[in-house]
Amino acid sequence: MADSGATAQPKPSSSVKLVLLGEAAVGKSSLVMRFVNNDFQENKEPTIGAAFLTQKCNLPTRTIKFEIWDTAGQERFASLAPMYYRNAQAALVVYDITKPSSLIKAQHWVAELQRQASPGIVIALVGNKYDLASPSSGDSAEDADAAPAAEGENPEEEEGADARRVPTKTAKAYADEESLLFFETSAKTGMNVAEVFTAIANAIPETSLKGPRGVGGQTNLGRQEDNRVNLVGGRTEGPKEGCAC
Amino acid sequence: MDGTGNAEPAGLGATQETTPSSTPLKRDNIEQQDFVNPTINIIQSLSRRTSVSGLSAISREGTPPPLPPRPKTLTFLGSRPSTSHSMAPPTRPRMVSTATTQISYTDTQVYNDESIEESASSSTSRTKNYFGLNISRNASDMDDSVSVKSFAPTLGGVGDAESMLGEVLGDHEKSLLKSLGHRFSDKESESLFLPNPELEDAFEHEFDEVEDMKADGSNEEAVMLQWRAKLKHFLILSSAGKPIYSRHGDDQLITNYIGVVQTIISFYQGANDVLRSFTAGDVRFVVMTKGPLNLVAITRLPESNAQLRAQLDALYMQILSTLTLPSMERMFANRASYDLRRPLQGTETLLSALADGFTRGSPSTLLSAIECLKLRKSYRHTINTTFLKTRSENLLYGLIVASGKLVSVVRPKKHSLHPGDLHLIFNMLFEAGSVKAGGGENWIPLCLPGFNNTGYLYMYVSFLDLENPTEQIQERPRSREAEGDEVAILLISASKEGFFELRGMRGDLVEQLQKNGSIDRIRTAVKQGRPSCTDIVPGSPLRHFLYKSRGNVQFTMPGFDAYFKSPIERRRLMDLYHQLHAHLHTKPTHLKILHETCTMNISLAWSTPLFELYAVAPNSTSRAALAQAANKIIQWVRKEEERVFIIGGAVF
Repeated sequence: MADSGATAQPKPSSSVKLVLLGEAAVGKSSLVMRFVNNDFQENKEPTIGAAFLTQKCNLPTRTIKFEIWDTAGQERFASLAPMYYRNAQAALVVYDITKPSSLIKAQHWVAELQRQASPGIVIALVGNKYDLASPSSGDSAEDADAAPAAEGENPEEEEGADARRVPTKTAKAYADEESLLFFETSAKTGMNVAEVFTAIANAIPETSLKGPRGVGGQTNLGRQEDNRVNLVGGRTEGPKEGCAC
Repeated sequence: MDGTGNAEPAGLGATQETTPSSTPLKRDNIEQQDFVNPTINIIQSLSRRTSVSGLSAISREGTPPPLPPRPKTLTFLGSRPSTSHSMAPPTRPRMVSTATTQISYTDTQVYNDESIEESASSSTSRTKNYFGLNISRNASDMDDSVSVKSFAPTLGGVGDAESMLGEVLGDHEKSLLKSLGHRFSDKESESLFLPNPELEDAFEHEFDEVEDMKADGSNEEAVMLQWRAKLKHFLILSSAGKPIYSRHGDDQLITNYIGVVQTIISFYQGANDVLRSFTAGDVRFVVMTKGPLNLVAITRLPESNAQLRAQLDALYMQILSTLTLPSMERMFANRASYDLRRPLQGTETLLSALADGFTRGSPSTLLSAIECLKLRKSYRHTINTTFLKTRSENLLYGLIVASGKLVSVVRPKKHSLHPGDLHLIFNMLFEAGSVKAGGGENWIPLCLPGFNNTGYLYMYVSFLDLENPTEQIQERPRSREAEGDEVAILLISASKEGFFELRGMRGDLVEQLQKNGSIDRIRTAVKQGRPSCTDIVPGSPLRHFLYKSRGNVQFTMPGFDAYFKSPIERRRLMDLYHQLHAHLHTKPTHLKILHETCTMNISLAWSTPLFELYAVAPNSTSRAALAQAANKIIQWVRKEEERVFIIGGAVF
């Protein structure tokens, strides 16, 4: 946990505006709650509008004070998103590793950020709900690739069933291509949550901390990605089938 | 109650007064089975006597309602046939009750048979046959145990229950009451209501989730049973028949019902008629059509159509609050079969929180009024002044709310706040956990349909830690029993970009309030909670009351905790209030004062142009004492008016 400044030593401190984006129910608020309060709530109710929280992150050389906008994922709030990512120096684009459609939504958000947010924005792609995946599934990409197809065949296989539907490899490849930070996390167990924020803090260039803001011109950069990563059955799968646990 | 078996005949009604033992009682009750629905509450309905006085309101303002004395004996009763039961053979107790005047009901069963819309559902508390289920169980129960059950409250009271009044009153008052002609006992039953195990059982599981249907349908029957056992359902569907919301059950489960409801509604629409409500068995259906939406309330609780309509209206307002009216209409204008669940995604919790509030019983919705935190006038004035001083440019409304009770409000001169809008906001903040669980500060776009149903406002919300108010709450302490001391600051603006402006204002406001001691005062008031009846009027026999100030659209009430600890007891109390409220608002009778006595309690409803008062006391209370207590409440409210209500608020 990159916990707050108990250290009294005067380190340079700066604020970083960070926005969380992603489909509804992927765990954005849970990630924030884990990061800010080191707490987790099962079946959290959906965020309405947006929540604003702050948390400090201590790096060896400086202190970053995150000003976090935790946005609601429902579509009706999408039109408000620019208000939150405008001027943001960092963005956490979250998807649910048990739900391929959420990765597609995440890719839309990445494209929108690259198009419309500050050019220097640091984007992290985060696959949440790692606790629902069986330990091996992330490593063995082939198993995971086959998972969506095999799903219909053994739905009754309850225990030990792997709910992962988005292979690590797929998401990682996409993140690399777009130069995004990439993590798989579990807000439930706390795995990798602090690491994401620390990595973002580290990735923010010293200069951009009070740096210039501009409108990005890379209009079509993300667009082509929409169709490239084709997750079998991703769009047709309802949320129900996606969760076999 | 007497604390002996002798008390029972009194409760049972005058015709039973002379019955020396339980044997004839039993016979009577069994005979009833032949012509009323099987229910163990016959006794209750039998013994419920209502007397009504229609009086001109103005002349009665501030004076006690004239109360006919409680009939105690058969001979006495005979001398006053117009107020209560008329004579009838004891073997046919149900026939005893007949309406003696146009506005007086002598038995709940009577209005059940009448077609008065408002009271038609009052029978639903008594018969619980679950859409035709459980009948056999009831019937067999009845034969054997009805007489036993009829004695249960009294017998139970003898043994264990310490007298509620005995605890509250000193010996002096007791003797006083005795001298007033009370049949008073130390061994009173705790509860104001006859036990109703079926209602209690159903209520206990009312808020449980209905199981998911298994893929192979193996548990279909069990799921259906669970679904049907719910006391209350809310369905919302589009005029094209698409399901939008159901409190219980998933799509698979409700599809058929949605189809049936839709067919019934459109049948009447086709005939250019509007279906408003109907009754099937003991279940009341109320239908409300609002533009492209049909809203249906299905209840087995005693609620009137008007009350259910108010609940449906609140659900409709919640939908508008999410979407705004024009945008919802646009969605349906493009395609009548539009699936509204998509844009409403995530608000099911808000709708369900509202619905569950109605099922638990919400004084606020019943009275269409809001409750305020009781605070000294000068304290409230200080808070209001601070609010106005720190007001930022784009502020429309500013509110401080402590666990659903309004502390202070600041508003523009030409706009007042609609109670319905406030109810939606309070529901979002204090009932549904979405905002408060998140921690931090929130920026919430919402439409306040009572204010303006065409556009969004933006609401800044921050919960206040009363111990460390200037610190931002990051982690909301969960150990504390949620509601008690949650204070929220709400700043509403029409400006979408106003978050940081209002956040700044919040900082100033809290700092000032801290400095001038207002935070401490709020904390003290919150900790104090609602007063008890005896705090308000020492020695008052009242167990609970609701007082609504019509002019202020606000209400006040004592705490539930003293006598109505469990949710079911509160629900029973709210049932009683609902019935009183329904009688009071039944058209075309225009009752001003209404008295009801039943086995366990005596209640009063009193309406004037200034206020509505509902009060309940144990059955051992005389009408005169109840009326006197009611008057004391009126006096108390008059004295405390500027404390319990917000008069005007801070206006700019």
